[in-house]
Amino acid sequence: MEQPNLSYINSMSGGDKAFEKKLIDIIKGEFPEEKKVYFQNFEAKNYQLTAENVHKLKHKISILGLEKSYDVAVNYENNLIDGNTDGRIEFESILQIMTDFLETL
Amino acid sequence: MNCIIIDDEATARAIIGQLCTNVPSLKVLEDFPNALQAIKYLNQNEVDLIFLDIHMPDFTGFDFIDTIKNPPNIILTTSDPNFAIQAFGYDCIVDYLVKPITPERFQKAIDKAAAIKPKASEPKSKTSGQVETSSGNDLYVNIDRRLIKIDIPSIYLVEAKGDYIQVKTDDKNYTVHSTLKKIEEKLPNDLFLKIHRSYIINVDKIIDIEDNSVLIKKDVIPVSRSNRPELMKRLNLL
Repeated sequence: MEQPNLSYINSMSGGDKAFEKKLIDIIKGEFPEEKKVYFQNFEAKNYQLTAENVHKLKHKISILGLEKSYDVAVNYENNLIDGNTDGRIEFESILQIMTDFLETL
Repeated sequence: MNCIIIDDEATARAIIGQLCTNVPSLKVLEDFPNALQAIKYLNQNEVDLIFLDIHMPDFTGFDFIDTIKNPPNIILTTSDPNFAIQAFGYDCIVDYLVKPITPERFQKAIDKAAAIKPKASEPKSKTSGQVETSSGNDLYVNIDRRLIKIDIPSIYLVEAKGDYIQVKTDDKNYTVHSTLKKIEEKLPNDLFLKIHRSYIINVDKIIDIEDNSVLIKKDVIPVSRSNRPELMKRLNLL
C-alpha cells in the first residue's frame, strides 16, 4: 500500500522549517475533525454530505503525497454522489494510513 | 497587490498564505474560513486579488462571486478540475488552481493576475444597499445565488423540509437550503422557540394553543412533549 510522505510540504515550504511544523500541526488538528464528520455522515447514510467530506479529505491525501490514493478518493467521491458506497473500505484504509503517519510526526 | 484568501480549510489557507510570502508583490490582508465573513470585509475594504475556494458549505465560491458587486481579480483554488469551464464564464476569474498547488503553478497564476489591470473591489458603505451579512432585525438568506433580506420580526414560522427549511413571513414564504439548527442560532431567543424537531415559531405570533398544538397564522403546528414546558414558561399566563 502507498505510504504518505512530506515531499509536497518540503517543496512548497522553501526550506522554512517553522512553516513546515506549523502546517503539520494544522493538518494534525484538522484531519481528525474532518475524519470524524466523514464517519458521522456515512453512518447517517447521508452520502451527499459524505461525498463533500471525501472531497475535503482529498486535499490532505494529496498534500501527503498519496497520488494513487487520491484517485481512489476521487472514484469513491463520485460513487457517493451516485448514492453507492463502492470504494469505502479502500478509502477508509487510506484514512488509517494517514492517521498512523501523522502520529509519527 | 493586496489580496485575501477565502477557504474553509485551515490547511489550504496556510498553504496559500505561505505561497504568497514568496511573492514580494503580494500582500495578504486577511484570510477567511467562509465567504460571508469575506463579503462583510469587502464592504469596508479594497482588495486587488482574491484566492477563492469553490467548495465551501452553505455559500460556495460561485455564490460569492455572484453576490459581490464589481468583484476584483479572482484566482479560484479547488480540488475539483471539473468547474474550469464554468469558472471561465466569469470575467473576474484570472486563473484556476487545482490543489495541491505547486509554487511554480502559483507563480504562473500571479503573473497572469499581474498582467491584467487590477480592478480593485469597491468598498461599499453599509447604507448603500449593497450586500450585508446581518444587522439588527434583518436576516439574509441565500436563494438562487442571491442574498435576500428578511425582516426577522415578520417571520412567524420556520419548518424543516429535508435538506431545506421553509421560512414563512407575514408577506412571503422562502425555501432555503439550510438547517433548522443553523437558523435557530441566527434568530433571537426571546422571540423564537423551537417547539418540535421540525418547527421554530415566533412566540409573539401565536393565536392559540390547544392540547399539543399551536395555531400560528393559519398553520397548526405540533408541540413535542419535551418542548412543551419551555413553551408554557414563555407564555404570559393568567
